[in-house]
Amino acid sequence: MGLKQNLHNFKVKNKDKKWLPGFNALFTFLYTPNETTHGGTHIKAADDLKRTMNTVILALVPCLIFGMFNAGYQHYVAQGLIDSADGFLGASFWTWDNLVIGLWKVLPLVVVSYGVGLAVEFVFAIIKGHEVEEGYLVTGMLVPLIVPVDIPLWMLAVAVIFGVVIGKEVFGGTGMNILNPALTIRAFLFFAYPTWMSGDKVWVHGAVERDAAIAAGENLDAFSGETLLGYYAKSGQELTVAGTDTVTTYGDRAADLYSYADMFWGIIPGSVGETSKFLIIIGALFLIFTKIGSWRIMLSTVIGALVMGLIFNGVVDAGWIGESSKFYGLMSVPFWQHLIIGSILFGAVYMATDPVTASQTNKGKWIYGFLIGFISIMIRVFNPAYPEGVFLAILLMNVFAPTIDHYVVQGNVKKRMKRLKAKVA
Amino acid sequence: MAKDSRLILDPLTDNNPITIQVLGICSALAITAELEASIVMSISVLFVMGVGNVVISLMRNIIPSKIRIIAQLIVVATLVIIVDLVLKAFAYELSKTLSVFVGLIITNCIIMGRFEAFALGNGPWRSFLDGIGNALGYGIILVIVGFFRELLGSGTLLGIPVLGDPIEKTGLYAYGYENNGFMLLSPMALIVVGIIIWVQRTRNKALIED
Repeated sequence: MGLKQNLHNFKVKNKDKKWLPGFNALFTFLYTPNETTHGGTHIKAADDLKRTMNTVILALVPCLIFGMFNAGYQHYVAQGLIDSADGFLGASFWTWDNLVIGLWKVLPLVVVSYGVGLAVEFVFAIIKGHEVEEGYLVTGMLVPLIVPVDIPLWMLAVAVIFGVVIGKEVFGGTGMNILNPALTIRAFLFFAYPTWMSGDKVWVHGAVERDAAIAAGENLDAFSGETLLGYYAKSGQELTVAGTDTVTTYGDRAADLYSYADMFWGIIPGSVGETSKFLIIIGALFLIFTKIGSWRIMLSTVIGALVMGLIFNGVVDAGWIGESSKFYGLMSVPFWQHLIIGSILFGAVYMATDPVTASQTNKGKWIYGFLIGFISIMIRVFNPAYPEGVFLAILLMNVFAPTIDHYVVQGNVKKRMKRLKAKVA
Repeated sequence: MAKDSRLILDPLTDNNPITIQVLGICSALAITAELEASIVMSISVLFVMGVGNVVISLMRNIIPSKIRIIAQLIVVATLVIIVDLVLKAFAYELSKTLSVFVGLIITNCIIMGRFEAFALGNGPWRSFLDGIGNALGYGIILVIVGFFRELLGSGTLLGIPVLGDPIEKTGLYAYGYENNGFMLLSPMALIVVGIIIWVQRTRNKALIED
């Protein structure tokens, strides 16, 4: 008898035990169970929930690996220990040292996210007596990618428990949730522990520790962990470059530090996985090719962001807003550049397309995506305290998705009724 | 007598005005960021409901039913103004924290609800017990929510630091603990009330509505 038969016998023997769903979850990871579902109609297809989830995870892996290298790279560059990499294949980027820092900082995030999240899923499966749902597989992968690299692990654990329980389980588990659980987790972290989720330190590993060491009296230079959005939001203000006496503005400093190519390849500070627009586009193509992600949502989100960016550019060009305004910095960013700073692309590709929380109708998807892009850039510009408005915009539209669907369906019903009347008359 | 005791005990558990009837939510969300404010609010409502129910009950046979809402409002408003003035005189800082919400006790649906549903049809003693019971039921939820929100949000209870000093990094903060700022925002109060409702209905399945 093989291992599979042994496991199956074990399952049959213990079929009344409370912990059986937990065993089943692990069992089906290894083997297809040799039993069929009972009752109802079935569609035989290979793309079950687990397969769908695994495809998304595959699309995320490049972002994760890049994020690890980038964590180490930003850490060393900020300290001036290595030269800045020139382009995607720059010599100082894909180094062993960078990866070691990345593994050291990012892997624990992944482990905590999966460990805590799956533990909650198992507990709920056992209490409610159903099979463990695969819903957490993608969430668990997304969470480490959308948090700053230095976030304390216990905070992540608390947020994951909150996100899975309040964001998903209270609504009835996978497939029933209104809000995207990964974004619920991020929103919780953002409002609960803002000092670890925003500001100019947390985005580069070591910047916070360095500040603490300086405060304790050590003779070191502080280094900045500011994101590009942070720089642009303060664009007109003066800044003294750390370690020198040079005085410049935040806007000029950002232009000195990062080129457009850097932004596209992703060699900039930010949340772990969202920086590389190049790899996100590859992931997007993969998801579209496998028909897992909706190209309508991705495209309309990008269009929405561009339209809002164009409107703001128009306001600046028309001279309606002075350089002294606190909105000027981000408003004057060229509209297309909004796509390569911040995480609008990551949100559009991996978050907005979540099939459970997005609009279901095709027309609804266009509206839903467009408004996500539109509102993201609006929040980004108008609220410098929340420079990363993407997650708020997606959560907001998650709430409205059923409403959009309702009106699309009703509109269709009306149209058909009219056609019917015309025919009868 | 057995029935009289239920007037007090029922609103505390299976007929709680906040978690079962879902009344008076507004003030429960607004002022529970601190335990002290929750307690003072509970006592204020206890006073208004206890006295108000008795007054309405005594007047129940002379209030014309067409204008009973106005009569009830006058009684509540009078009592709330008394509470407001007492707070301003003896606990000025606290009355600033509670700000408009003391005045808004007038519109607290629990109070009008009990006047309408109970005091207009029952004698003064039973009305008094009913008022006290419902105010206690309201207060107990406020205190529970206030306890968790202040403990997790500010690390204090009644203004006294219990988890250490967040700036000096003593106590729990020395291990990297930080206050949860989300707890101080109103949405988290709603979620805490929601969790209480969840726990209560899980323990007593009879309370689950379809």
